Amino acid sequence: MAKTGWAATFKKLKRYRALFIMMIPGLAYLVMNNYLPMFGVVIAFKDINYAKGILGSDWIGFKNFEYLFKTRDAFVITRNTILYNGSFIVLNTTFAIAVAILLNEVRNKLAARFYQSVILLPFLISMVIVGYLVLSMLSAESGYLNLNLLPMLGIEPISWYFEPKYWPYILTIVQLWKATGYLCVIFLAAIVGIDHEYYEAATIDGAGKWHQIRSITVPLIAPTITIMTLLAIGRIFYSDFGLFYQVPLNSGPLQPVTDVIDTYVYRGLMTLGDIGMSSAAGLYQSLVGFVLVLLSNYIVSRRNKENALF
Amino acid sequence: MKTNDMNQVAVHAIFILLAAFCLIPFVLLFMSSVSSESSIVNNGYSFWPKEFSLEAYTYLWSQKSAMFNSYGITILITLIGTFVGLLISALLAYPLSRRDLPMRSILSFLVFFTLLFNGGLVPTYLIYTEVFHMKNTLLALIVPGLLTNGFFILLIRTFFANSIPVQIIESAYIDGASEFKIFIRMILPLSLPILATIGLMLTINYWNDWFNGLIYITEPQLFSIQNLLNRMLVNIQFLQQNNLGGQNMAVNLPMNAVRMAMAVVGILPLILIYPFFQKYFVKGLTIGAVK
Repeated sequence: MAKTGWAATFKKLKRYRALFIMMIPGLAYLVMNNYLPMFGVVIAFKDINYAKGILGSDWIGFKNFEYLFKTRDAFVITRNTILYNGSFIVLNTTFAIAVAILLNEVRNKLAARFYQSVILLPFLISMVIVGYLVLSMLSAESGYLNLNLLPMLGIEPISWYFEPKYWPYILTIVQLWKATGYLCVIFLAAIVGIDHEYYEAATIDGAGKWHQIRSITVPLIAPTITIMTLLAIGRIFYSDFGLFYQVPLNSGPLQPVTDVIDTYVYRGLMTLGDIGMSSAAGLYQSLVGFVLVLLSNYIVSRRNKENALF
Repeated sequence: MKTNDMNQVAVHAIFILLAAFCLIPFVLLFMSSVSSESSIVNNGYSFWPKEFSLEAYTYLWSQKSAMFNSYGITILITLIGTFVGLLISALLAYPLSRRDLPMRSILSFLVFFTLLFNGGLVPTYLIYTEVFHMKNTLLALIVPGLLTNGFFILLIRTFFANSIPVQIIESAYIDGASEFKIFIRMILPLSLPILATIGLMLTINYWNDWFNGLIYITEPQLFSIQNLLNRMLVNIQFLQQNNLGGQNMAVNLPMNAVRMAMAVVGILPLILIYPFFQKYFVKGLTIGAVK
């Protein structure tokens, strides 16, 4: 076999040609679904005129971005995105860890399995269905709250879908309800992996339950917590579109508190037809998201080489 | 060492509360779906309706062609999407798991870069509609979900790399088997766990997907269950207006109850199969995190 040169390379490629053929569908798909759209970011720099087509439309540089950031919208959606995602990360993680630790304490295996199934169930439901569940509670004319619970407490019915001030709480609770199960499963898996000898030694030394949780459990699942949190932070610019679009039923008056970058981009594209602004916002999101993911992955790999994604 | 008995009671109590918190919305949903319309209009959605009635479900049954249609769409795209998606992913992940693959690092980078950077909604939408002309086609519901980014590939590749010893591949090759034969006869059977897990995740994603239908479909014939639910959430008269069912019932359509019944119909299949697949699902989630 030749050692260097084109002949050798060619021969090597030929030997592996079956493997390359296998990859064709997947790679072609990624090109179509992921890489072609990447080139589409030029749309953010153009003034799209369908008559002229994408390539023929005028290049307007950063005008779309100027316009985007001049309006208050950019500030509102960025603020909403970050505040919501930030609090989601903190709340979800804390809650899920607590639930996982507690679940680990349940002696009855069957009960533990049951509880875990139930807590995980909301995760499987689509946001559209969640929208219905929330509607059954908050509908102004027939919701459970307005017609049953509030009268019992002597409170006037509230027009939920028109009052912005409640929605940060509503969305947070809904989000917590849906996401806890998933995180709990992951943390539980980490907890279960802790060597029992630590606990036994601690018990012999006279450490109480809380002390053990504080000194053994939490520190030993810290790597998992770190990874999950850093990964989440890397995605802080991306929201769950369904949560912010479906659950509030896309109600206009609520937009100052429910509009996030994803809904803004969607509205710009589908409802307003303002391709320039929405693609500028989309690119803004992708770039910042990209930097954040790289950054968080870098930090993770500094702390613990194997935990990083790459 | 588990906590003592007193604390066990407390722990159980906490979980019963939590479980209730998780389940209550579903109970309300179901109960509302078997209420009569008038009791909803007068007393709102409640956990124990003043008046029970199956009129919502009767109405849905009268619209059965629309219901069957959207159910059919959902099942179709779920089956095709899961199967094709799994196939493409496995085919892509396997060569990447082979250390002897030429240009492995470049190809891996290309695949996993998609996890980092995304072109965004606008370019993706324009590509699918203007370039590939998939608007209002069944493909628009299947293709975007086949392989959104490299995440599943990563999971499958890790599995292949860790769980399949290189030696058996090498010895099979020496024995004269072609790469394809090795893949089909050896690799696939050995990777049933990961395929089951990813397949399950794909199934759930496709079953629950409403976003693709939202942006690519305007033709009611092509609505999946979730899309139908979506339109009905916003437009309570949707089923009526579009006359999808053919049957036209006169006035007093039990719209509020119908919405709830529709939602029940939408989640029932998932809830029914959930107990059977929960084990795999839990395993799948942990594989994803424990990487």
